[in-house]
Amino acid sequence: MAMACKSWLLRVIGWPLLLTLLASPFLLLQMGANGLVYRWYAPLWLLAALVGGQLLSIALQRLHVALSDTKLWRGNRLRRLSPMAKGWGQRLGGMALILLLLALPFLPGVGRYPIDLATSVLIYVLLGLGLTIVVGWAGLLDLGYVAFYALGAYGYALANQLWGLSFWWGLPFSALIAAVAALLVGLPVLRLRGDYLAIVTLGFAEMVRLVLINWQSVTGGPAGLGGIARPSLFGISFSNSPNAGQIAFHEWLGVEFSTLQRIVFLYLIILLLVGMVYGALRRLRRLPLGLAWEAVREDEVAAVSLGLNVTRLRLAAYMVGASLAGIAGCFFAARQGFISPESFTFNESVLVLAVVVLGGLGSQAGVVLAAMLLVLLPELLRDLADYRLLLFGAAIVWVMVKRPGGLIRQPRPDLLAAAQGRVGEEAS
Amino acid sequence: MPTAVFASIPNGFVLLGFWLVYLLPSSPLFQRVDGVHAVGCFWIMSLTLLYFCQQLLNGLTLGAVYALVAIGYTMVYGILGMINFAHGDIYMIGAFLGVLTLGVLTALGITAPWLVLPVMLVMACLITAGYGSAIERLAYRPLRGAPRLAPLITAIGVSIFLQNAVQQLQGARVQTLQPLFTSNLVLWQQPVAGQPDFTLAIGHSQLLIWGATLFCLACLSWLINRSSVGRAQRAVAQDLKMAAILGVPTDRVIGTTFVLGSALAAVAGVLVMIHYGVVDFMIGFNASLKAFAAAVLGGIGSLSGAVVGGLIIGLVEALWAGYLPGEYKDMAAFSLLILVLLVRPSGLFGRPEVSKV
Repeated sequence: MAMACKSWLLRVIGWPLLLTLLASPFLLLQMGANGLVYRWYAPLWLLAALVGGQLLSIALQRLHVALSDTKLWRGNRLRRLSPMAKGWGQRLGGMALILLLLALPFLPGVGRYPIDLATSVLIYVLLGLGLTIVVGWAGLLDLGYVAFYALGAYGYALANQLWGLSFWWGLPFSALIAAVAALLVGLPVLRLRGDYLAIVTLGFAEMVRLVLINWQSVTGGPAGLGGIARPSLFGISFSNSPNAGQIAFHEWLGVEFSTLQRIVFLYLIILLLVGMVYGALRRLRRLPLGLAWEAVREDEVAAVSLGLNVTRLRLAAYMVGASLAGIAGCFFAARQGFISPESFTFNESVLVLAVVVLGGLGSQAGVVLAAMLLVLLPELLRDLADYRLLLFGAAIVWVMVKRPGGLIRQPRPDLLAAAQGRVGEEAS
Repeated sequence: MPTAVFASIPNGFVLLGFWLVYLLPSSPLFQRVDGVHAVGCFWIMSLTLLYFCQQLLNGLTLGAVYALVAIGYTMVYGILGMINFAHGDIYMIGAFLGVLTLGVLTALGITAPWLVLPVMLVMACLITAGYGSAIERLAYRPLRGAPRLAPLITAIGVSIFLQNAVQQLQGARVQTLQPLFTSNLVLWQQPVAGQPDFTLAIGHSQLLIWGATLFCLACLSWLINRSSVGRAQRAVAQDLKMAAILGVPTDRVIGTTFVLGSALAAVAGVLVMIHYGVVDFMIGFNASLKAFAAAVLGGIGSLSGAVVGGLIIGLVEALWAGYLPGEYKDMAAFSLLILVLLVRPSGLFGRPEVSKV
């Protein structure tokens, strides 16, 4: 009892007090342009907020315990559902999500903003799926994934400006460029151990960004490249004044021109792309290539002794992942119509990696969930304006600590578990 | 620059002497700015050489700072096998604590450098160590035994949090400070025709950085190699599970590691703030990239490797900034890193990984 009381006190008073003490130099004092500014009240606010938060969380916990003790909730029904029913539940959820995504642009009252947001989410889903192959399946820690995204975007933008390449040819072209770059980087580098690979890929991404900023004559430098061609639908353009030889969509259909048409079209393109990639990866995972990737991730020595060519497998994962980033980059460039090195910073790599890890390493559905969370969360926090990113950082830590395996935990192949018939079940 | 090496050797050898007296001064390296060959007066150093020396001094300063930050990386990696991305922001926190302490002391009317400096260092070290320890408790300790990448993501979350917290609380503008030390130690003064003299000098703040770095490294090396805390740390780094079984309080040892690393980063932050006089909430990012590169270059997990790696990266960066297009300066560290890793895949001092079945 004494112990419990002590830990309770520590939780309600101890931690908040300690954290407030640590933060108080920054709260109390601010180095302004004209010397120090004092804010004696600020630590008190923080202390009050932290104590309040702890009390609230304890109350919620008590409530949860009390509820699950009552007859109604005893045994936590959801957990007692058979794995099959669970699978059906997941399948139903997935179906509902797909239907919602398909219907989103045609729902009444849905304006430009939600569709734009959904497009952003889908771009991150595409990037996340690509990185899932590299990090989740092949087990290669890549901190410079944004480099391939950037190469895809600039590849399409430049090819479009120089040779007038259209968006639909730009997609395979960008994928090819990114894959070739991945081959060139990967060949010497992939034999490095995991964390060494991380810093080298990070360095590669920084180099790509520096070249984009400084090679002004080609990339436009910090000002970026503009006037990138938008996608067209079999020669039907979505602009108000199409080029010669093109028909405008609104004239073709005989409706009023609106930018919303183009936004919906872009949304449908990325939805189609993501859908295709998602389906393809689901299959790929079960193919010998996907299984071999997992084998190499789990035990390299065993994989080699089974005759797998580890370097070639890793290179393949790296290239497939990179080509997906290239496709995403091409779409990004066509969507924005303007790209600059600003969009391809290290933070972007970090965000995509967070999508992959937060979703649950190797889980495709997890990528979708985590991308939604990580793109929508800052938007929802928009009202808090300045404190948006601060809370975002705290939220990442909180979610990760609460669910260390990610949102959707992916079962890892485990001989012991297989023998006991536990594969696929979540150990909670 | 092989000639720079020769210039430091006393001309005792006949051949070398001949070379030094007759050939070297007529080489472009020793050509005077006004175009007159200084034959026979080779002791007049050319501007090229002076410039090179100046870059070396700058590089050593930068390298000392990178080394201090890299040690924190490498210690945490050695024990937990985790890349602590928040370490760069710990360094930033240290620098800001230095700024705030300086502000308070100035407001109190205390400006004597010999008093201000130790107070700044101690305050920054203590509070930053508290930060390191708290971050470890809240963000990393709950994830022991989780997938290896999970703590990496929380580290990134912590880094985002700290950056934005400091930005909100201290403002986004670049903080500029009155330099504490303005005097220089002049090593060489070279008259230049029609221009002010070129001086090769070491700033007192540079001397301070070197001194403080050496002191910290000496303390750390004593702590790791001679004290019981260090012994426990080495044991945990070698085999965490085994150490725990043998009664080493692993959690406490890991906490100590974070405290030590954070204190060193705080020292680096305060020193950088004193030397360069500018601080903003983004400095952690660049420093963490460079320090991470330094730790990997030296072989991650090896303390001396981190120091050597930091010095090398600092030197290369300063030389690159001095001679090659400055816009690509940040590429120097990474190009070097990739080249070294291609030849030695586990870094300069790293032990090659042995795969056991």
